[in-house]
Amino acid sequence: MITREPENFPPPVGMFGALGRSAVFGCRETGRAMMLFVEAVLNLRSVLTRRARREVINQMFVYGIKSLGVITVVAVFTGMILALQTGIELRKFNQEVNIGAAVMVSMLREMGPFMTGLILAACVGSAMAAQLGTMVVSEEIAALEIMSINPVRFLVMPRLAAMSIMTPLLSFYTCMMGVLGGGLVGMTQLGVSWEAYMRNATRFADMKDLYVGIFKAFLFGMIITTVSCHEGFATKEGAVGVGMATRRAVVASFLLILVVGYFITRMFYYS
Amino acid sequence: MIRFERVSKWLSGKFVLDNVDFEIRKGETFVIVGPSGVGKSVSLKHMVRLLTPDDGHVIVDGESISDASGDELARIRKRFGYLFQGGALLAWLSVAENVALPLREKTALTNDEILAKVHETLKLVGLENDGAKRPGEISGGMRKRAGLARAIITNPEIVLYDEPTSGLDPVTARTIDQLIESLRVKLGVTSVVVTHDLHSALTIGMRIAMLHGGHIVELCDPDKFVKSSRPEVRQFLEAQFITREGSWERNIT
Repeated sequence: MITREPENFPPPVGMFGALGRSAVFGCRETGRAMMLFVEAVLNLRSVLTRRARREVINQMFVYGIKSLGVITVVAVFTGMILALQTGIELRKFNQEVNIGAAVMVSMLREMGPFMTGLILAACVGSAMAAQLGTMVVSEEIAALEIMSINPVRFLVMPRLAAMSIMTPLLSFYTCMMGVLGGGLVGMTQLGVSWEAYMRNATRFADMKDLYVGIFKAFLFGMIITTVSCHEGFATKEGAVGVGMATRRAVVASFLLILVVGYFITRMFYYS
Repeated sequence: MIRFERVSKWLSGKFVLDNVDFEIRKGETFVIVGPSGVGKSVSLKHMVRLLTPDDGHVIVDGESISDASGDELARIRKRFGYLFQGGALLAWLSVAENVALPLREKTALTNDEILAKVHETLKLVGLENDGAKRPGEISGGMRKRAGLARAIITNPEIVLYDEPTSGLDPVTARTIDQLIESLRVKLGVTSVVVTHDLHSALTIGMRIAMLHGGHIVELCDPDKFVKSSRPEVRQFLEAQFITREGSWERNIT
C-alpha cells in the first residue's frame, strides 16, 4: 500500500502517549505491509504475461544469482565453524565421526535457511528498499500511478515471485556448501574421512529436515520482499528518508526471520 | 474542464491551499506562478489525485477526481499526461523504453506499432537519436523532453507540466515552450503549467494565476498580469525585471 498523504499529528503527551502512538503506528504499518503482500499475491496471475515473466527472471538473476558469491563464502565457513566446534567437543569422547550428522542436521533445519535469510535481508532487502525509496523520492512511483500502471503489480509482484523461488534454492545451496565446508574441516583437522563424514551425515538427517528448511526459506523470502517493498514505498524525505527506509527494512527483516524461524521450528519439532 | 471548488490543503503546519476556487478551460494553456512553497505543485498533484484535498473538490469534466476510486480514478487519469520536474524516468529502462512504457502496459498495440509511435514522439521532442540511452546518460533538459514524450505518447487531452523549464538553459527552455504551444495548436491539448519562469509563463500562458498565502491573488491574461497592481504580483514581476511598461508578445511559433 502506497501512502503519499502527509500526516499532521500533534506531539504525543508524555512517555505513555509516545509508547501508545508507537504501538498504534506499528500496528498500522504491519497492516499496510500485509495489504501490500496480499495485493502482490493477487497480482501473481499477471506473471503469465511475457513481460512479467521476463521481469521475474531478471529479478531472479539480480537478487538470486548475484548473491551466490557471498552466500558461498558464508555457507562454507559456517559449516567449517560448526564442524570444528562440535568436533573439538566430540573428540573428547572419540566421537568426532559424528560431526557429519551435527553439520547436516544443523544446516538443513536452521543454519541454511537462517543464514540465507540474513544474507538476503542484508543484500537484497536493503537494495529493494533503497531502489523503491529512491523511486518514490524521484516521483517515478507517482509517474507509474498517473500512467495507470499499478506499482505493486509492476514492481512488487516480480520481486515476490523471484524471491519465493530463489530463497529456497539458495537455502538448499547454502546447506550443501555448509556440509562441504564441514567435510573439509573433518578431513583436514579432525581426521574424519569424507566417506565416513557423508555416511554419518546422511544417516541422521531425514527428508523432514529438508522440507522444513525449504519451507522456512520460502517464508523468509516473502518476509524480506514484503518488508523491504513496504519500507521503500513508505519513504518520505529525500536521501535521508531512503537511508532510514533501508535501515528499517533490514532490521525488521532480521527480527522477523528470527521470530518466524523459532515458531516454525516449534511447530514442526516440538509437539 | 478542471475546476477547483473551495479546495483546502494543510501541509507542514499551514494551509498551502485555503478555499481555492478556479477553473481551467478546455484547450487553453493555464499557467500557475508564485514563489516557492506556495502550493503550485500541490495544486497540480490534486488534479490527478496524487494528493487529495482536506476540504473541497477537484472536478474534471463534471466528475470529482477527489472522490473517484479504483477503475473510475484510472479512467480519469487516462485523460492526463504529467511532466514531472525531474522527468521521473525509470532509471533501468532506456529513453525509448520509458516512452514506450504506457503503450506496452495499457494498450494492445503490436511491437512494430509501438516502435513507430515511439520514434515519432521522440522526433517531436528532438530525441530521435537518443532513444537507446539510459536516463543517467542524458542531460537534465533531455530528461525533461523524454518525460514530455512519455507524457504525450498516449495523446492525452490534458497535460500537466511541473516546472518544465526550471534548470534549463534559455535555448532549451524556449524549445520546451514551443513544444507546449505546438501541442495546444496542433492537437488541442489543454495544458496546465506550473513555473517560476515568468518569461515562459507570459509567452505560452493564455491565462495566468498567481498563488500566494494559500490564495489565488491574481487570475487574468498575460497583458493584464504584467499591468497588475497587486503588490505580490508586482514584486514577483520586478524580481524578474519585468516592468508594467514592458510589452509582451506571444512570439512563439
